[in-house]
Amino acid sequence: MAEEIAAGILKDKFPDSILELSYFRGEETILVKREDIAEVCLFLRDHPELQFNYLTEVCGVDFPEREARFEVVYHLYSLKTYKRLRLKVRTEEEKPVPSVTSVWPTANWHEREVYDMFGVRFSGHPDLRRILMPEDFEKHPLRKDFPLFEESDL
Amino acid sequence: MSTELDLSGEKGLEAPSKVKDIKTKTMILNMGPQHPATHGVLRLIMELDGETVVRCTPDVGYLHTGIEKTAENKTYYKALPLTDRMDYLAPMMYNLCYCLAVEKLLDLEVPPKAQWARVMLAELTRLASHLVWLGTHAMDIGAMTMFFYCFREREKILEIYETCGGQRMMSSYIRFGGLYEDLPLELDRMVKEILDTFPDKINDYESLLTTNRIWLNRTKGVGVISAEDAIACGLSGPNLRGSGVKWDVRKANPYSSYEKFDFEVPVGKNGDVYDRYLVRLEEMHQSLKIVRRALEGMPEGSFINQNSKYLLPPREEIFTSMEALIHHFKVVVDGFRPPTGEVFQSIETGKGELGFYLVSDGSEKPYRWRVRAPSFVNVSALPKLVEGRLFADVVANIGSIDIVLGEIDR
Repeated sequence: MAEEIAAGILKDKFPDSILELSYFRGEETILVKREDIAEVCLFLRDHPELQFNYLTEVCGVDFPEREARFEVVYHLYSLKTYKRLRLKVRTEEEKPVPSVTSVWPTANWHEREVYDMFGVRFSGHPDLRRILMPEDFEKHPLRKDFPLFEESDL
Repeated sequence: MSTELDLSGEKGLEAPSKVKDIKTKTMILNMGPQHPATHGVLRLIMELDGETVVRCTPDVGYLHTGIEKTAENKTYYKALPLTDRMDYLAPMMYNLCYCLAVEKLLDLEVPPKAQWARVMLAELTRLASHLVWLGTHAMDIGAMTMFFYCFREREKILEIYETCGGQRMMSSYIRFGGLYEDLPLELDRMVKEILDTFPDKINDYESLLTTNRIWLNRTKGVGVISAEDAIACGLSGPNLRGSGVKWDVRKANPYSSYEKFDFEVPVGKNGDVYDRYLVRLEEMHQSLKIVRRALEGMPEGSFINQNSKYLLPPREEIFTSMEALIHHFKVVVDGFRPPTGEVFQSIETGKGELGFYLVSDGSEKPYRWRVRAPSFVNVSALPKLVEGRLFADVVANIGSIDIVLGEIDR
């Protein structure tokens, strides 16, 4: 499994950055330290054996009961080996995640969407604005404490 | 931004000595959201220097309806009809991808007949999606006839939807573990009619466009993107293959028994609008090949997995067995509880790689229900295609990347 190889190589290279490994239905998830995500991504992209050169998507998940309430999930893919890898970081509202736009330009819109929907900030992002919601919208709709139905003020 | 005017090379014009100091101002032009060539409600803010696009900023979100949020507050079953409504030109693709993701989460088997029927319907959907793309794309560039031809043919596929699921578009026909109902008897005749008539129709389109001088002038060398840039920008599907990257999810990571089908993956060379057009036209021929194989080799057997506590019991049992009735009631009212975990499933739609990312916390509602929409990523690469090129080519570029705003904004 390329994913298991990836975990081994990553653990050798970044012993302090890899926090957790988990497997479910043949998919591997690697929890990465928040500060190191951009470096890890760059390493995975350029590694001659792994070649995770394609970023499928970036998305957020909200766990309000946790101390670090947000997870940012990266789905990496290799157009050479056809393998997929999931990376995760945990963060809070005040702690920005290093942006991976310098590694893959396509991360630009994905990270904007995570910011729009969850309020997670990305450091080093060239243009961190709302993308789907109106510019003057104040809340972040995909947070679990954002109600599905709300009395309108109008 | 400003540029220098250099008229010294112009014949018959004697350049004033200070002409190089003249600065031209750029102009901001707003295109959309109500514009017929933006295929929905895409808004482009464009900075123009004369006829050249200096900067293009797409603005999306006008169709945002919070589908992800809505789905996270419904049971897995009740979220299924929402999937039809994102890419409304290829609803069965979304059904298929969502069902595959939930089946992966539940570790659920799908009987062979359902798998083959899904492949057949997915390829018919790809045809329908490509037909709308071709019709609207060609109309944007000025070939009005194509629009009528393509929509005439698409109607045949919508009739198949109607026969299967009862609706022309939002049929929700593909369900967890299989299909909603067994394939209707008329389907055989209807699909055969498509297989008999479509190759000639597609050849007609090609004879109208492929060597047409106006078409060539409007598409060749326009909106060029290299393979490296296309990968970096996350393009997928025909847009990536137009640049020469031979990657198709159906071949690379086969799902729903695609590995049993023989088909070619066409690729382009130059990565321009014309190559993307050629790739999609060839894909239509390949889709017909897959549909023919699926129809002829359709396995016998059940259309849905009937031995699962997660799924609805067979309808005839509901009327005769008390246990089946209770089971049916529980699944419909409470939903089922999948194991805790997370899955990502992607498929190849007509527009690119569609992905569903589901996080389950063990409850009857999905904790996170995320869609990786191909058009969302493809439209984010639009500035790369149009910046520095002529304004008149913007419309050709929007058409060629084949976007649907319903799935961009969700």
